[in-house]
Amino acid sequence: MREPALQPERESLSTLLGRVHDLGREAIAPHAEAVDREGRFPEEAFRALKEARLLSCYVPTELGGMGLNIADLSKLCEVLAGYCGSTAMIFAMHQIQVACIVHHALGSATFRDYLRDLVRHQYLLASATTELGIGGDVRSSLCAVAVADGRFTLEKQAPVISYGEAADAILVTCRSSPEAGRSDQSHVLVRKEGCVLKPLSGWDTLGFRGTCSSGFTLTAEGAAGQILPVPYAEIHAKTMHPFSHIVWSSLWTGIAADAVARARSFVRAEARKTPGTLPPSALRLAEVDTALFSMRAGVQQAVAEYLQLLTGEDPEAFESNYGFALRINNLKVVSSQLIIDIVGRAMLICGISGYRNDSKFSLCRQLRDAYGAALMVNNDRILGQSSTMQILQREG
Amino acid sequence: MVQNEIRDLVIKHARLSADVSVLTDRSDLYAAGLTSLTTVNLMLALEDHFDIEFPDRMLVRRTFGSIQSLAEAVEALKAS
Repeated sequence: MREPALQPERESLSTLLGRVHDLGREAIAPHAEAVDREGRFPEEAFRALKEARLLSCYVPTELGGMGLNIADLSKLCEVLAGYCGSTAMIFAMHQIQVACIVHHALGSATFRDYLRDLVRHQYLLASATTELGIGGDVRSSLCAVAVADGRFTLEKQAPVISYGEAADAILVTCRSSPEAGRSDQSHVLVRKEGCVLKPLSGWDTLGFRGTCSSGFTLTAEGAAGQILPVPYAEIHAKTMHPFSHIVWSSLWTGIAADAVARARSFVRAEARKTPGTLPPSALRLAEVDTALFSMRAGVQQAVAEYLQLLTGEDPEAFESNYGFALRINNLKVVSSQLIIDIVGRAMLICGISGYRNDSKFSLCRQLRDAYGAALMVNNDRILGQSSTMQILQREG
Repeated sequence: MVQNEIRDLVIKHARLSADVSVLTDRSDLYAAGLTSLTTVNLMLALEDHFDIEFPDRMLVRRTFGSIQSLAEAVEALKAS
């Protein structure tokens, strides 16, 4: 049975989105340029997001969170991205980690308590999946967690841990024991107080500069109860893979929508100069809006199917579900291409005003951010997996 | 008077089918031939003339219904 996303006595989604727009205008947008230029963590934005209790918005209400679902979260990511791409990306990545715990670890008292603490202190969660020597294949690990006397130890060479320094905890993938094979993985909650991060590499990139995705050697210890109670394979299929691509595609849609909105303001200003005759760029505006329409439709289709599988009765809904996995891969590949297409076309409409860094129609940051989408989990890797699944899948 | 300035802009840009000389401040502009597409011209002309920008919530039939309703909208936008 599908439950309503929000209980009637609680704030409606549109009221919440209105609040997020206010927060975006007041606390996020004014700092977006500095965050990008200096490549620094968007601290003002996260102070405001924490005050608004939004870091626990996906935590169920019985544990103190807002109990939002993936459809609500998708909208939230889209709205935030219109103000600052890096802020929206960090917010989305954090929610993916929260979802891993919410979907897979609520049977554990340790994790239920942890989520209550997360609600109370508005903890920020980061992720360490990629590893030196493995590359981007997140379904393989070299490092292993070792457990003795109820304690675990773990060391990982992570080439990328987004906002690793600002986070309160990091969810780390690793082999489930020193004897385990590469794909026999566990997922471990590493708390900042039980961990040392030794810098490996910095983060001076074209776009998404505020995510501060530096590399670290992570050395951690903690209670064995901090290991998520199910194999990572399960977490990956049900949560990490679909959830990531949905929230990322949502925020890319937000960046694309922001670019189209800027192009629209530009065309309107042009049109004001010649009442009665629309400028030629108006046609391009109408055209680029059709691409944005397709992009948003893709996200909504994936959200609807994911929500249905999550709330359905089938406990094995995600097991060997190649059709769904393919559609999620398609969403990622298509959205990451459309964002470049749409922002690029919006820049053509705005002309030199869009190319300038110092204009209110500037699309420079948006275009630089857009080029990151195809690289974070490289589209070629995804298409490689998809090509294998195409052979396996039986349905249309 | 804002109403007179708006009347001039309506005459020039709204491409009405009715006789503009008999338009009062309360005349129904849609009945006089304003369409959703010609509203665009009128809106752009008003924005340019008064140096304002209509937010989405004001881009509704009610705002453009008469010279009087437009005058109220323009006053509100100029004040904000």
